[in-house]
Amino acid sequence: MSEVEAVYRIWLREIIRYWRDKSRIVSSFVQPVLFLLVLGGGFSFVRLGSLNYQTFLFPGIVAMSLVGISISSGISVIWDREFGILKEILVAPVSRTSIFVGKALGGCVTALIQGVIVLSLAFLLGVPLTVGSFILSVGSMVIISLGLVSIGLIIASLIETIESFGVIMNFLIFPLIFLSGAFYPLQEAPEWLKIVSYFNPLTYGVELLRSVIINVSSIPLSLSFTIASLFSLVSILVGGLAFNRQK
Amino acid sequence: MHVIEVFNLTKEFNGLKAVNNVSLSIEEGEVFGLLGPNGAGKTTFISMLCTLLRPTSGTARVNGFDIVKQQGEVRKSIGIVFQEPSLDNRLTGRENLEMHAGLYGVPKAERKKRIEEVLELVALSDRADELVKTYSGGMKRRLEIARGLIHYPKVLFLDEPTLGLDPQTREHIWEYIKKLAEREHITILLTTHYMEEADALCNRVAIMDYGEIKVLDTPEALKNSLEGDVISLEVDKSEGVAEKIKGLEEVKKVHVINSTIFITVKNAESFAPKILEFVKGNGGVVKAISIRKPSLGDVFLHYTGREIREEKAERPEMERFRRRV
Repeated sequence: MSEVEAVYRIWLREIIRYWRDKSRIVSSFVQPVLFLLVLGGGFSFVRLGSLNYQTFLFPGIVAMSLVGISISSGISVIWDREFGILKEILVAPVSRTSIFVGKALGGCVTALIQGVIVLSLAFLLGVPLTVGSFILSVGSMVIISLGLVSIGLIIASLIETIESFGVIMNFLIFPLIFLSGAFYPLQEAPEWLKIVSYFNPLTYGVELLRSVIINVSSIPLSLSFTIASLFSLVSILVGGLAFNRQK
Repeated sequence: MHVIEVFNLTKEFNGLKAVNNVSLSIEEGEVFGLLGPNGAGKTTFISMLCTLLRPTSGTARVNGFDIVKQQGEVRKSIGIVFQEPSLDNRLTGRENLEMHAGLYGVPKAERKKRIEEVLELVALSDRADELVKTYSGGMKRRLEIARGLIHYPKVLFLDEPTLGLDPQTREHIWEYIKKLAEREHITILLTTHYMEEADALCNRVAIMDYGEIKVLDTPEALKNSLEGDVISLEVDKSEGVAEKIKGLEEVKKVHVINSTIFITVKNAESFAPKILEFVKGNGGVVKAISIRKPSLGDVFLHYTGREIREEKAERPEMERFRRRV
């Protein structure tokens, strides 16, 4: 019981901190919206069958909004270490796994808040959302963000400074997003790009969201769902291990 | 009953013994002080008792639990105030305490009342709902002390509780520590390199240097063990004078630090005129003289041969280890 309480407390702290940091909420919201309006608007002459480009792009932008905030939530561990709070948490009579789960769920929920805000832009763009597709989208976002948050926590467990976390994060985020089929239809891409994209776990997250939001995809729903879930599961397990091992 | 028992505890870092074969026991209800310079191994010692560091050899029991084999039980029995701050500045004082209470499994029914209680103990009730980043250094320390108490620990560890605080705030913190020692029926183990602090707070003091306990007793007994008063002489052209002073019959011990000669004698008042004559007769010029009852600083000097505050540059490598820990 006390382990559940510990998870809740660690989670709650992440949420309070997120909620108090309004500038972070706004600034992390700006980038996806810019992409959606500028890229989507600029290429509005492009049509993919019956779809306009902006509608096609929309699920990719939802996925993109999850990536940055999810991975960067790992940074909280480094701050905690820097400010001594991690020591106070680690010396408590709770397992490190609980601490990891609390951190991961905290990052996941903040990413979800972000994701849902971006998702709600669907109404502005005229992308039809039903209650069913909304729920499925949120479910997909949970799968995607849990995996990415774990990646962030793995990095945070392995490195020591905030600066190097920033470098690694930038190094990771852009290739992840650009090679995921978020901006272009995979089946039309050149062979080499297709192959690289199929090795990118985020591709399956993007295609999963595309399937549930606009019912269009280059990868069958069952496949993207399976691979995205497996990836998250593995990341969570590895993350848990890395967190338990760190000093 | 002994609430802390330490058996041959040793911690090595790359072959350097930060804590070297320490054995001691602490009675329930005691305020026990570990006095020593930075890098003496105090923090390493406490970190092992808190289960944050594994000993290289030896072990200890805290509240009857082994620090290596029963870490969870040990953690439930103790509260800690670390040397470096460990509060979340972006939460309020109360939120920091609530998180701690949750992590330590304080029953929900008691939690609110207990938090009020500890806040009141450190006089922070009226500021509890403000963000910690608006607190002063002394307030943060008090909040950390309150936090360490929430889960009714048997033992409270205070690692340099007043480090970096101004003298006035320091004495305030002392008052709170004294008050909680009385009210919470708790055993306190504190480390410090301020001898006044050890003197003001502790029932017993262990002097630690280079990872070893040099001597352990009540502050009174330690000071009495010098069997005399301390005369300090600031002398110009002191070459050779100190050696000659050592030869005098009444003198028990002589230490020289820079141009000051510390002399331990049984009866300083009657010895003072004599020593002035003596230094003059040997070509020295006395610039200043003072006589005082021995302090813990003198005790430290007596047992280690150096002043407690001069060590900083002396063992930088130990300082580094302490930081890493």
